[in-house]
Amino acid sequence: MIVAEQKPIAEIDRLLEGAKKVLIVGCRECVTVCQAGGEKEVNTMASALRLLWATSGRNPGAEILTETLERQCEPEYIEQIVKVAGEVDAILSLACGVGVQYLAERYPVWVVPGLNTKFAGGALEQGVWTEKCGLCGDCILYKTGGICPVIRCSKSILNGPCGGSHNGKCEVNEETDCAWQLIYDRMTKLGKVDRLLEIEPPKDWSKSRDGGPRKVVKEEIRI
Amino acid sequence: MSPAAAAFKTDSKLERILSQGDFAVTAEIGPPKSASSKGVRSNAAMMKDVTDGQNLTDNQTAIVRLSSLAASVHVKEAGGEPIMQMVCRDRNRIAMQSDILGAYSLGIRNLVCLSGDHQSFGNQQTAKNVYDIDSIQLINMVRRMRDDHVLLSGEEIKVAPPKMYIGAAANPFADPFEFRVLRLEKKINAGADFIQTQCVFDLERFARFMELVVKRGLDKRVHILAGVTPAKSDKALRYMKTVPGMMVPDSLIERMAKAENKEEEGLNIAVETIKAMRQIPGVHGVHIMAIAWESAVPVIAERAGLLPRPAIREETAQAAPAEGKKTAD
Repeated sequence: MIVAEQKPIAEIDRLLEGAKKVLIVGCRECVTVCQAGGEKEVNTMASALRLLWATSGRNPGAEILTETLERQCEPEYIEQIVKVAGEVDAILSLACGVGVQYLAERYPVWVVPGLNTKFAGGALEQGVWTEKCGLCGDCILYKTGGICPVIRCSKSILNGPCGGSHNGKCEVNEETDCAWQLIYDRMTKLGKVDRLLEIEPPKDWSKSRDGGPRKVVKEEIRI
Repeated sequence: MSPAAAAFKTDSKLERILSQGDFAVTAEIGPPKSASSKGVRSNAAMMKDVTDGQNLTDNQTAIVRLSSLAASVHVKEAGGEPIMQMVCRDRNRIAMQSDILGAYSLGIRNLVCLSGDHQSFGNQQTAKNVYDIDSIQLINMVRRMRDDHVLLSGEEIKVAPPKMYIGAAANPFADPFEFRVLRLEKKINAGADFIQTQCVFDLERFARFMELVVKRGLDKRVHILAGVTPAKSDKALRYMKTVPGMMVPDSLIERMAKAENKEEEGLNIAVETIKAMRQIPGVHGVHIMAIAWESAVPVIAERAGLLPRPAIREETAQAAPAEGKKTAD
């Protein structure tokens, strides 16, 4: 899933400066799971802003409305708030960057992000999420024992580990596992360590972020 | 080109020295955090007769410094044999190939291919790292530019391919230990001609590493130059012990702590280390990294019995660059 976290309230306050009627929009997908922008967080955010504005005297008389959509990454759901979106002068999206853009494309009002979209990852333990996939567009996990060096190695090295691997940890910090140590250990356990002797050629980054938005087309389901 | 000279891959002086079986000596020069060439040139002048090549680091520890390409040209003009370092952190394949062509056109004949220290260690911590290719892919790219006359994309280099003598790093002190020798082999398979290791303080572990290297026959396929760093104090040694990928035995730290003249002891340790390394099978030279203490290099070379440096012998001299040759092609 996409993992995001809320921007500091002080930053959100600045982004909404001068707004008289604000709609906070949550999303029931990934950001609900990682507890950054679901219905619960939308309500908490509304209360926090009301309190802040009441006590600081900023945005006097500002009104806050709330909605939480099934998804903010599909036009049909975005359409569901057409009426209320026409009544406000600002929308605060608590979705990932995708949702913010869908709202901004659809509604001619000031749309601002309430979250910082972090990465594609999953839960590590209760309250902790970690990055797992670099969204590079050309999966090589079959070569590396199911551990992604593109995003989990600090240098995205495809023929690792570099000389900074120490006691299973990355040179960058003690908390980060060396992805290549993990790959080496797993390939050893699987009896496939000889495969790591093959030189992995330079990656075709044109399949990754190459200067424009990528598209996936599935012809058989197009109307 | 004579038949003897034709056997060489490049016209690097370092290649000649290693090929004729001499124990090679290289040393590191750190370019300044300024636009001044003075220090690089004076260090090159000081080192040119006591070493066979001088490494110019590429923004080491991710601190912005005068470029390794420009510093290599300064070394060349000061009469040295530049060994240009190139890291994968800051440039994509377009910029790297461009700099390799440029470096060769300016008379640089040795290139060490490295991953590079992560930007979080440096003075530009908010930088985006590149790592379009990694060090092993870089080695292979340089080899193919030289031997196959092609760019990474496969496009032919129709005239004047860059013929670099290719260096790489090996770290016997990083983990996983068992894979270090195999990764060295990958670098050799990719095209490395010589290896400069991480600085050696733990001779016992280094000897174990070299034993595995020799066992796999890798010393016959690549020239290994063992890294040596003189320390000025026990504090410096203690710091180095904390650096990931470095090992410093406590006995060495204690010895240094007890020493009255610590700099002198640091030199003694470096000299003893070099003498011990010469006894280890498969070691073809040393690489002295006297970080911010370049003046130690001639002293160490002298005391370790590495002087005078050997001349390029007749049979290996054929394709060597002429004395005082202009750097530009």
